[in-house]
Amino acid sequence: METVPEPGSNVPPKKDRLQTKKKKPRRYWEQETTGTAAGASPGPPRKRKRNRELRPQKPKKNDTSKKFRMSKKPRELKSPRPQRSLSGAQDPFAGPAPVSVEVVQKYCRIDKSKELPHPKTKTRSRLVVAEAQEEETSVRAARSELLLTEEPGFLEGEDGEDTAKIRQADIVEAVDIASAAKHFDLNLRQFGPYRLNYSRTGRHLAFGGRRGHVAALDWVTKKLTCEINVMEAVRDIRFLHSEALLAVAQNRWLHIYDNQGIELHCVRRCDRVTRLEFLPFHFLLATASETGFLTYLDVSVGKIVAALNARAGRLSVMTQNPYNAVIHLGHSNGTVSLWSPAMKEPLVKILCHRGGVRAVAVDSTGMHMATSGLDHQLKVFDLRGTFQPLSARTLPQGAGHLAFSQRGLLAAGMGDVVNIWAGQGKASPPSLEQPYLTHRLSGHVHGLQFCPYEDVLGVGHSGGITSMLVPGAAEPNFDGLESNPYRSRKQRQEWEVKALLEKVPAELICLDPRALAEVDVISLEQAKKERAERLGYDPDARTPFQPKPKQKGRSSTASLVKRKRKVMDQEHRDKIRQSLEQQLQKQEKAKPTGARPSALDRFVR
Amino acid sequence: MNANQAAESLLASNQQKELEDLPKDYPLSTSEDEGDKDEERKHQKLLESISSLNGKDRQKLADRSEASLKVSEFSVSSEGSGEKLVLSDLLEPVKTSSSLAAVKKQLNRVKSKKTVELPLHREEIERAGTPLEQEIFNLLHKNKQPVTDPLLTPVEKASLKAMSLEEVKMRRAELQRARALQSYYEARARREKRIKSKKYHRILKKGKAKQALKDFEKLQKVNPAAALEELEKLDKARMMERMSLKHQNSGKWAKSKAIMAKYDLEARQAMQEQLARNKELTQKVAASESEEEGEGQEEEEEPLVPDLVNEVQIKANGLNPWMFRNHFIDAKEAEVQKDLEDPAEPEAQETSESEEEKAVVEEETLLKEFEERRSLRQKSELNHMAEPVHRRVTKDPSSQEVLSDLRALCQKLSTENHQSGKQELSSARTAQREEPAREEEEPMLLQRPERARTLDELEELGREGCVENEELPRTAVEGLQLEKNLSNHIGAPKEKKRKEQMIDLQNLLTTKSPSVKSLAVPTTVQELEDEEERDQRQIIKEAFAGDDVIRDFLKEKREAVEASKPKDLDLTLPGWGEWGGIGLKPSAKKRRRFLIKAPEGPPRKDKNLPNVIINEKRNTHAAAHQVQVLPHPFTHHQQFERTIQTPGSTWNTQRAFQKLTMPKVVTKPGHIIKPIKAEDVGYRSSSRSDLSVIQRNPKRLSIRHKKHLENNCVD
Repeated sequence: METVPEPGSNVPPKKDRLQTKKKKPRRYWEQETTGTAAGASPGPPRKRKRNRELRPQKPKKNDTSKKFRMSKKPRELKSPRPQRSLSGAQDPFAGPAPVSVEVVQKYCRIDKSKELPHPKTKTRSRLVVAEAQEEETSVRAARSELLLTEEPGFLEGEDGEDTAKIRQADIVEAVDIASAAKHFDLNLRQFGPYRLNYSRTGRHLAFGGRRGHVAALDWVTKKLTCEINVMEAVRDIRFLHSEALLAVAQNRWLHIYDNQGIELHCVRRCDRVTRLEFLPFHFLLATASETGFLTYLDVSVGKIVAALNARAGRLSVMTQNPYNAVIHLGHSNGTVSLWSPAMKEPLVKILCHRGGVRAVAVDSTGMHMATSGLDHQLKVFDLRGTFQPLSARTLPQGAGHLAFSQRGLLAAGMGDVVNIWAGQGKASPPSLEQPYLTHRLSGHVHGLQFCPYEDVLGVGHSGGITSMLVPGAAEPNFDGLESNPYRSRKQRQEWEVKALLEKVPAELICLDPRALAEVDVISLEQAKKERAERLGYDPDARTPFQPKPKQKGRSSTASLVKRKRKVMDQEHRDKIRQSLEQQLQKQEKAKPTGARPSALDRFVR
Repeated sequence: MNANQAAESLLASNQQKELEDLPKDYPLSTSEDEGDKDEERKHQKLLESISSLNGKDRQKLADRSEASLKVSEFSVSSEGSGEKLVLSDLLEPVKTSSSLAAVKKQLNRVKSKKTVELPLHREEIERAGTPLEQEIFNLLHKNKQPVTDPLLTPVEKASLKAMSLEEVKMRRAELQRARALQSYYEARARREKRIKSKKYHRILKKGKAKQALKDFEKLQKVNPAAALEELEKLDKARMMERMSLKHQNSGKWAKSKAIMAKYDLEARQAMQEQLARNKELTQKVAASESEEEGEGQEEEEEPLVPDLVNEVQIKANGLNPWMFRNHFIDAKEAEVQKDLEDPAEPEAQETSESEEEKAVVEEETLLKEFEERRSLRQKSELNHMAEPVHRRVTKDPSSQEVLSDLRALCQKLSTENHQSGKQELSSARTAQREEPAREEEEPMLLQRPERARTLDELEELGREGCVENEELPRTAVEGLQLEKNLSNHIGAPKEKKRKEQMIDLQNLLTTKSPSVKSLAVPTTVQELEDEEERDQRQIIKEAFAGDDVIRDFLKEKREAVEASKPKDLDLTLPGWGEWGGIGLKPSAKKRRRFLIKAPEGPPRKDKNLPNVIINEKRNTHAAAHQVQVLPHPFTHHQQFERTIQTPGSTWNTQRAFQKLTMPKVVTKPGHIIKPIKAEDVGYRSSSRSDLSVIQRNPKRLSIRHKKHLENNCVD
């Protein structure tokens, strides 16, 4: 709605002399009113005017997009007539702000490198429109980056200083009070090693001790929402879609509590659960059990969507891929299997370690997976199709827990030590050569999670809970509509409804989430074939060339045949040309490129 | 054959002597007519014998002629014609017939050519060179028989004049008797020949051979020179045999027998016999003689054809050679008895008795004696085990060679029929293995050679590269071996490939990754120094040595790959077009014909990723949410996909989303939308049409048109 008047403001004033002040496109209701005022007779000219007015809209759109594309150049030269303000002063930065091409490129989703089969004119116009739209939207997205005001934190040692040597106390000393408050220790030695979980907004923290201690708190304000003892071993704890619901994997069954600590549900179909994972966009709670079953529970309707038998014994290692909601399970035979509720068999099985897999973590972009095994190795795998290890490292003691931060930092809990590795940027894998930070805890690590939108790593251990400061770990900017840490209760409720409306069906979970934007080729072909069978002929098949009938004796049989022959020959030539080209390409490919050409080669015959 | 031939030649010479004797005994004494007849008969006989030499014209003999006293006076009947048979007619070529006209023409043409005559003439001369021909010519010339002119010879003329009636009658009677006898013998010989009992013939042959041998010995004593000649003849026959390789298994008969051998005991025996004959013929006589001498008294009775071959063969088929041996001997004895009885039956029927008959009886009694002696000897062998071993050992090489020959043949045949070949092989092998067992006198050891046999067979199998046969009796061990063999042979390339993959995977998992030098080492690890670390690593390695993760994974992957492969469709109907039933499989050809091979799918995504199994199954649940029909203007799915890349508010900013979803037509509630007029759409074109109308007939312009025109002009 915004753009329509804006470009209109640029162009029409030149031609529209009569109505200089009204720049809005004319609508039928406006015409009606004016028509009634002015009479019926001057209808046609007015319409023509409207036509003229409307016609330039199309090129206008293109113009704007072109402007966006060449946005690196200063804008003043482009605008034909700078807009005058009331005061008469000229705007030195007229028009929309420039956008860098790289950022725009980031939001482009059409892969233009792919060659399309030659389209018909009608199709081509559609494609042109689609590309223009995509460009415009990507420009808009790029422009909206202006709103990401916050910058990620960082930690830099003085020249040559190893950041790993910097202790938490130093960091706390250096940072501001608000940030320093984020570092804290909870000494809870009584109820054993703790598992912990941050809510999606990063505002709330829930933790459960092995000996039944379950608590949830707003960790920023340190306001306790509930604290109970379930009088049963707690294996894992997880927030559901909001901080109001809490799933606790207890010794026997899966229980769901609200933020008051009231038990809402006891899901007996999920028994002996060892690990929990919540898929926020699908509203699925994935549970891995001792019996070897991976169960998907739809928390919005309370139904079990799928119960998959992994056939690999006890499941105690599980994580989710935040990019495509695929569940990764680690097994004792050194493999990691990827699961979707739509498939009974694992989507992929990767042999990662010689010993059993102890921990698995996937980064937020869904590109890298870190695994650690009983063979004391820590490996980072590429998940983009190849599933090959990018880097590997032998640790003095194998990592029992792994976690990726939003910006791709990798934390590993080994015994009572936490090591954190950092990569180059957001999407790059963590380089395992030098640890970014290390920290020693008062007990053995039992749970690790980076807090979303806060540079904080929560560590649950046998001595309680530790909240570590890890500069540059989290995404500095949050989407207020998606997960707003500062949202009110009302906002949360609003968001809940919207999220429920936008719930993604469970069966859509697959390795490539963009597969939905593709045509189902197999069923398309099948339908085509069936249609051809039904009709007895293929309606899409190319009809043989039929020369048009001509007059004045030029449609004689001989000339018809001649024309036909002409077309046929042309086709034949094209075919031959193509095949020749292909052959040439093949030959070029086959040519060995290793040896440098010798000067004596010219004499070789 | 050697002995047989010798015997036959001897017999023939005897007969010839007889025949020759006859005219000598009665020179010119008979009446003219009778003498003439007699000579005619002789001549006819000669011709017959000549023709029978060829061997192919045996069918010309009358099918059946009973031995009876009623014998036609003339061997060549001229009944019906009533004409007198003339010798010159007989000597003339075949009567011209219409069917032979063409041949005649050809012959004439040939005759007309001069060059052809000469060799023919020479041939004639040569023919006279052979002893029989000479005899014929002698006869003809002796009697001064006019060859061309059908007139009486001078002797005939003389005899016509010389003979008295009584003499003639006597002579005639004598001649009649001789003729009757001859016809009787002929008939008998024919009958004997037509006896189908192979045993009988075998024994007869043996008897003849023995007879010949005996004669030969006699001859050696009486006339050493003749014996030497005879020996030379034998040697020559051997040489011929060696050169011709006639008794190798290359002949048509031998091949057919070899095929039959697996079903038919007799055929097998025949084959054995032939091989033995070949063996024997190709052996040097002198050596065998020396051997015989060395062997001593026992060997005298050894026939030229060793019976052992047959024995061995029979035993090879039997289960227990020890048991079988006795049985066989008994059977043989019974056989001999039967044979003795068999010829006796016709004897009883016969009315006349002669020396020849006696000779036959003698021969048979001899045969019987020999057999008895032999059986006695064998029994003694059974009693004293040590002795026969010695003898048998001397025999073994030959028999084993025969067996080797047989094996070779079987291998040749095995291409056609694996099974039979194997059976033969196995039998041959058992035969070979028997010897040591016999030496040890342990019948219970029979199991061992059998097992060895099968193992050997397996080796053989491996060499031949043929597929596992389920019908073979197998122990578990053998089965294992077989599996190994199979895997070695068939799965060799696969194994190699797998190995390559394995190496890759090993590398992948065992590459030494640099260890982290961390400032903060976990407390439990802190005390550990490098060596201890290494120790720990060792411990870990040992701990995981048992469970081979890699192998398991590869196995799993292989299974997954197999499972995902498209399956071939087998449409064979067992029993359709051939015999069906339990244990019968449709032929390979048929299976090939009705096997619809599944098209090879696209290559697996994890083809080059040894450590990954990617599920190739289609997610049908997700596919249900995908677009399945191409919208109109698009001809290819890629084109359409390009237009749906920026969907919804999730991927776009709020403003962009609003713009993308803005309707093409915006209406305002509460306002009337008037229907479209023609003028709204394109009044210019309408005005143009008006103009055209004007141009065509300007006179008929309506007022409305004029108004319109005016309006346009104003614009």
